[in-house]
Amino acid sequence: MSDRETLRLRVDPIRCDAYGHCAELLPELIELDEWGYPMIADGPVPAGLEREARRVVSLCPRLALLLEQRRA
Amino acid sequence: MSALAESAESRHEQADDSRRLLPPAGSAPSLAAHQGRYGPLPALRGESAALIAAVEASGLRGRGGAGFPTARKLAAVAAGRNAVVVANGVEGEPASHKDALLLRINPQLVLDGAVAAAAAVGAARIIVAVARGSSAAASVASAIAARAESGERIPIELAEAPARFVTGEETALVQWLNGRPAKPAFVPPRPYERGVGGRPTLVQNVETLAGIALIARFGPAWFRALGSAEEPGTVLLTLTGAVARAGVAEVESGTSLRAVLGPLDNLPARPQAVLVGGYFGTWISAAGALDAPLCAAGLRPYGATPGTRSLAVLPHTSCGLVETARVAAYLARESAGQCGPCVFGLAAMTAAMDSIARCDGSARDAVLRLRRLSPQITGRGACAHPNGATRLVESALAVFADELGHHLAGHCTARPGPALLPIPAASEVWR
Repeated sequence: MSDRETLRLRVDPIRCDAYGHCAELLPELIELDEWGYPMIADGPVPAGLEREARRVVSLCPRLALLLEQRRA
Repeated sequence: MSALAESAESRHEQADDSRRLLPPAGSAPSLAAHQGRYGPLPALRGESAALIAAVEASGLRGRGGAGFPTARKLAAVAAGRNAVVVANGVEGEPASHKDALLLRINPQLVLDGAVAAAAAVGAARIIVAVARGSSAAASVASAIAARAESGERIPIELAEAPARFVTGEETALVQWLNGRPAKPAFVPPRPYERGVGGRPTLVQNVETLAGIALIARFGPAWFRALGSAEEPGTVLLTLTGAVARAGVAEVESGTSLRAVLGPLDNLPARPQAVLVGGYFGTWISAAGALDAPLCAAGLRPYGATPGTRSLAVLPHTSCGLVETARVAAYLARESAGQCGPCVFGLAAMTAAMDSIARCDGSARDAVLRLRRLSPQITGRGACAHPNGATRLVESALAVFADELGHHLAGHCTARPGPALLPIPAASEVWR
């Protein structure tokens, strides 16, 4: 279990234009700052939310979200 | 590693002080005089692993601000093919002049380091980047020409990047060298993976390269004789503000500011605080700053890092909040404008600091506003620009807490006088 790959959700802040769809779709991991840009919870994406995380990545109109694989 | 070092040791028996970064003369020596002083650069063909090992054993860390271990960067670039070396002398930090000075009076040592690094990482191209209009450009150009005439194998180019705060950030510099605006890029890929022309690129500060040039000649044991085990060698500092003599000094890493400043009676005014590490840096009260060793370990208790090792001394007659407000406005203006939290966050932070500096009616709200802003700004840009601005403002509120109390009560205790920290003229140029 110790070298299991984990997923981290990241935003490319250069691409992001504050559409805010991500926080609407995945409020468990994403909240918006006062200007509407996403603030993503620290740490790996919990196993139970991986499907939803992949979905917000694919639905971002700016393609600004990404999932990075890291060794746990 | 030691083969390289020992052969160099036996060949040259110069006095130790002739082996430093800054030559005694105030102008660049000829190539012959340079080689007479330091001795020829050891032949590096086929010895790339040896040089990287020597740099690793030396403990050299990057002198551009981040302090990353140099050998790790070299090894990462060496793992790729057809690399490019960029000697970074852009130095966008207004309180730092050490890179420009080094390039002006000792350009051949920087070029030695670039040539040695190029051999170590397998690069066939070197670019020396300076800020457009820099006083260093002319001496770098003639140093490159002198090497070409003496049969330097590797082509060396001079590039003059837009002179702005963030254009020396390594991804911004690579963007510009690739024909785009000199603005930071989202990572990965980092330049060591994909940089100039898509090739693995070693972007290394010019002072770091000069260190490599000395280590290639005199070896890691010689390099480690000065400084601490964690941060060996000598370092260049830029002193500004209320000092007896502003300028650049080469000191052993870990030297205290008190030792650098000399007798305090010689200062134009009693020091109140020091801005350590430039406009990205941290205010420390003079009581602590004067005796803190100027190295990562010595500054850690103050929440500071050496950064670019620029030190701005604030006299007791000046207001640290007013100075910080000016710098915060400058940093907001110098945002590349790419990331929302940086654009909106730094503008909001500037407005709040301005209110505090002017002791106006909303200063109390501004302090609360800054507390809410910090977590919305730090770590939320593609580069470290917003983090640096936040650190500066947070340290000002902590170090100048007494003065903040006066400002909230409606008055500033500083004497009216000229602004201390230099703010460069505004520029719209990104290319």
